[in-house]
Amino acid sequence: MVKYLGKRIFYIVLTLFIVTTVTFFLMKFMPGTPLTNQAKLTPEQIHQIYKQYGLDKPLWYQYLAYLGGALHGNFGTSFQFSDQPVSYLIGTRIGPSLQLGAQAMVLGTIIGIIIGAVGAVKKDTWVDTTATIVSILGISIPSFVLAVLLQYYLGLKLKMFPIADWQGFAYTVLPTLALAAAPLAETARFMRTEMVDVLSSDYIELAKAKGLNKMGIIYHHALRNSLIPIVTIIGPLAVNIMTGSMVVENIFSIPGIGEQFVKSVLTNDYPTIMGLTIMYSFMLCVVILITDILYGVIDPRIRINK
Amino acid sequence: MEDERNILEVRDLKIDFKTYAGRVKAIRDVSFDLRKGETLAIVGESGSGKSVTTRSIMGLLAQNAVVTGGSIEFKGDDLLKKSDKQMDAIRGRDIAEIFQDPMTSLDPTMKIGKQIAEPLMIHKGMKKEKAYAQALEMMKLVGITDAEKRINNYPHQFSGGMRQRIVIAIALVNYPEILIADEPTTALDVTIQAQILDLMKELQEKINTSIIFITHDLGVVAGMADRVAVMYAGKLVEYGTVDEIFYNPKHPYTWGLLNSMPTMDTTGDELPSIPGTPPDLLDPPAGDAFAPRNPYALKIDTEQEPPFFKVSDTHYAATWLLDERAPKVTPPEPIIERQKHFKELTAAALKSHKNQHVNEQEEQL
Amino acid sequence: MADNPKQLSADDFRLVTDEDKKNLDSEKITAPSLTFIQDSWRRLKKNKAAMISLVLIVILFLLAFTSGFWQPHNPNDANPNLANLPPKIPGIDINGFNGTLNQGGTRVDAYAQAGVGKSVHFLMGTDYLGRDLFSRILYGTRISLTIALVASFFDLTVGVIYGIVSGWKGGRIDNFMQRFIEIMLSIPYIVIMVLLILVLKPGMSAIILAIAITSWINMARLVRAQTLELKNQEFILAARTLGESPLKIAFKHLLPNLTSVIIINMMFTIPTAIFNEAFLSYIGIGISAPQASLGTLINDGQKNFQFLPYQMWYPAIVLVILMIAFNLLGDGLRDAFDPKSRE
Repeated sequence: MVKYLGKRIFYIVLTLFIVTTVTFFLMKFMPGTPLTNQAKLTPEQIHQIYKQYGLDKPLWYQYLAYLGGALHGNFGTSFQFSDQPVSYLIGTRIGPSLQLGAQAMVLGTIIGIIIGAVGAVKKDTWVDTTATIVSILGISIPSFVLAVLLQYYLGLKLKMFPIADWQGFAYTVLPTLALAAAPLAETARFMRTEMVDVLSSDYIELAKAKGLNKMGIIYHHALRNSLIPIVTIIGPLAVNIMTGSMVVENIFSIPGIGEQFVKSVLTNDYPTIMGLTIMYSFMLCVVILITDILYGVIDPRIRINK
Repeated sequence: MEDERNILEVRDLKIDFKTYAGRVKAIRDVSFDLRKGETLAIVGESGSGKSVTTRSIMGLLAQNAVVTGGSIEFKGDDLLKKSDKQMDAIRGRDIAEIFQDPMTSLDPTMKIGKQIAEPLMIHKGMKKEKAYAQALEMMKLVGITDAEKRINNYPHQFSGGMRQRIVIAIALVNYPEILIADEPTTALDVTIQAQILDLMKELQEKINTSIIFITHDLGVVAGMADRVAVMYAGKLVEYGTVDEIFYNPKHPYTWGLLNSMPTMDTTGDELPSIPGTPPDLLDPPAGDAFAPRNPYALKIDTEQEPPFFKVSDTHYAATWLLDERAPKVTPPEPIIERQKHFKELTAAALKSHKNQHVNEQEEQL
Repeated sequence: MADNPKQLSADDFRLVTDEDKKNLDSEKITAPSLTFIQDSWRRLKKNKAAMISLVLIVILFLLAFTSGFWQPHNPNDANPNLANLPPKIPGIDINGFNGTLNQGGTRVDAYAQAGVGKSVHFLMGTDYLGRDLFSRILYGTRISLTIALVASFFDLTVGVIYGIVSGWKGGRIDNFMQRFIEIMLSIPYIVIMVLLILVLKPGMSAIILAIAITSWINMARLVRAQTLELKNQEFILAARTLGESPLKIAFKHLLPNLTSVIIINMMFTIPTAIFNEAFLSYIGIGISAPQASLGTLINDGQKNFQFLPYQMWYPAIVLVILMIAFNLLGDGLRDAFDPKSRE
């Protein structure tokens, strides 16, 4: 187990190193700089600014300096907010994003599991059809459309929840709903397929032959066996939520890293883009590692082999 | 045919399957009895309706199956009229089943101790400790060594043969009156097959259960069964004691099955097989379903279904060849050999019993 | 149990001759025999949702790609005088479709206010620059469908080839190729796309390249898994033993057996690609003005959603219909190719 963990962590570090390197050189090839929009600057001023950001040094030096800084959690200074280090920017903004992401993940997977399981048990009835429609809609309605609709109808019209801003739990409800829709739908689809599969397996037949009633079969045998594979889609769901947060945070004016990422992209704030890219990659690696470990813990077939 | 000794009486069972192409008449008027403590083998090709018959006894037919007639009497009650809840109470307590593939019939994520204890907790309301203790006893009974340790293992930690022993333990833990074994050895190695069969026989004596043994392999039947029922295209075509079926078969289909079974004296390169394929049960043929593949088919076979002709008190066969107007045909060589052997057997029996009846029948073919 | 047979003549009891046997037609099969594709098609045809989706997709394709010939207005023609006109459909007098707007509690004819003639109609209204929304949505749909085609193309080429090579070669090549995929997968794909688009300058070609680089990964993984499975099956081993060239094996034996995996996965790549394009355009780095994409149209419409909801509803509905149609068709194909999953 320790050996496995060590190997996995080594691969994560290697991945992050490659991501950092590729991102760094991509950014160096970017057309234009944050200064292109400010044509009024004199050459001296430009030189001054270049020096401030270390842009006058040779490329290899900049690269090594960046790598060294990144190791210490220093990703340079934001172009957009010239007095703020990227790490500080991320530090203050990661909280809301993590909270929203976690809420959406929990809500989406739990409701998705329920919908998927009910659909599978009531296969080919109107319940199943309804569950399928819900999941198809969830997958097909983009988060940015859903967010606007939720904001307008539940927030503005019905005044059930605040429209925007970040001042407490009530403010998280609408963005969480908007973010949870896609994971919910994915989970429901996945769960239904798994459960239908499990319900038609030989060991369920044996459970029936034991005299277990329908609820007993579902509770004791079908649920656990269909839940285990759900772990494997948590990684992709996390990607889904990260993507969604970029627009949803924007729509609900939430000071998170998703909103910051879009803002940085639109203002060519390269240091922040790089920092956030590494951050996203890091979070995703951690999620994948956790789910892999979790999978080994809950599936006895894998647990023993390791 | 009402008989005190019968524990199960299946009468005129008819089952259809609804498919996109139409209704498949999978079971067409099947009747048989199961006696206390005996082993009844149901033999037939795949698709002949063996498994469907046992599924209907368990009340576990597929969604698209419809029982269109008949009855299954168990201790005086018709199982077909029972509700799902009533069937839940019978399954695993009075009637248990073993399935074909032990690799897939155990829950991969549940410790086997719990899987064996489950029927006890469901039907007898046992507390966990007591149920586990009894499960442990059962594991020892089915020959799992080191049972105390292995009770906490998962199915994937066992070999195929061991898993089938566990499945048997699950089925027998409540000492059911009927055990349905649906090809329990088909998926196993030949050496393991024999062990499992021995185990089943041994446990049958200990527990005094009746077994319905489903198989397509007549070789397995010989050592296992007391009586044999041969099924073809959703119908029984012949049934009798194991000796009667093996050594005095009357139905040409049984002849074919026996001929295609390798024996110690099988010589030559090829085993004989029955040519052709079973009929399409979407539209069953008018007469005897076996007629198109039957080298001894009579004209009447293509027009009218043969009734059961009595060969002996225990032996019946549905073939027009047994009608007194039918021409005398010569069965294939190996069958004549078998019948000779049967004559010797019955001759030996005659000395003590003086039974003329069987001999008369014997001369007919 | 032996009941008495009816009146039967001696003739009934003669042995059946070979001549009679022919008439018996013993192996008559009543159910039609179907090939794999025919059988799948039969199942797909029975799936109403998938068939409706297929028809819808074909219609949308035809409308979007022929719109240049018949669209009522030039999608990029701006006219400030015609800004924010509500939908007006000739012959329909229902609020919301008759060119009237609710202003301070009373409905006024926005078209009359703007001083346009009675004969001018904008089926889905106009945007804030007075451009015809209907024509712009048609154009945006064309972009989305182009993206769908591009994504499928790279799925079929890069994804399939990558998967086959990785699975077939095995060993270190496979290991290396899988590590590469793992690295790609450890960054949210939208971030990769954004970085690429920034390097290439936003626009159609940047989006296409970004989609090309990210869309094939799933296909490659699935094809690899399937190839690994097929590789050791007897018919492939036989072909290898007989000395067939790897290329021939790939085309003659592997590809036909990969077809269903490829088609099903392609049907799920398409909605993802359509979503990604809309997403990038929505956040403002995709298709750039004045060209329209469903994403930019939704972004524009959203700003005025409270007062002119049609400006977001129409492009959003078209986008959602596209996504639903491709998802349902994908589901239908999966069920049709894999009869196990739905009996």
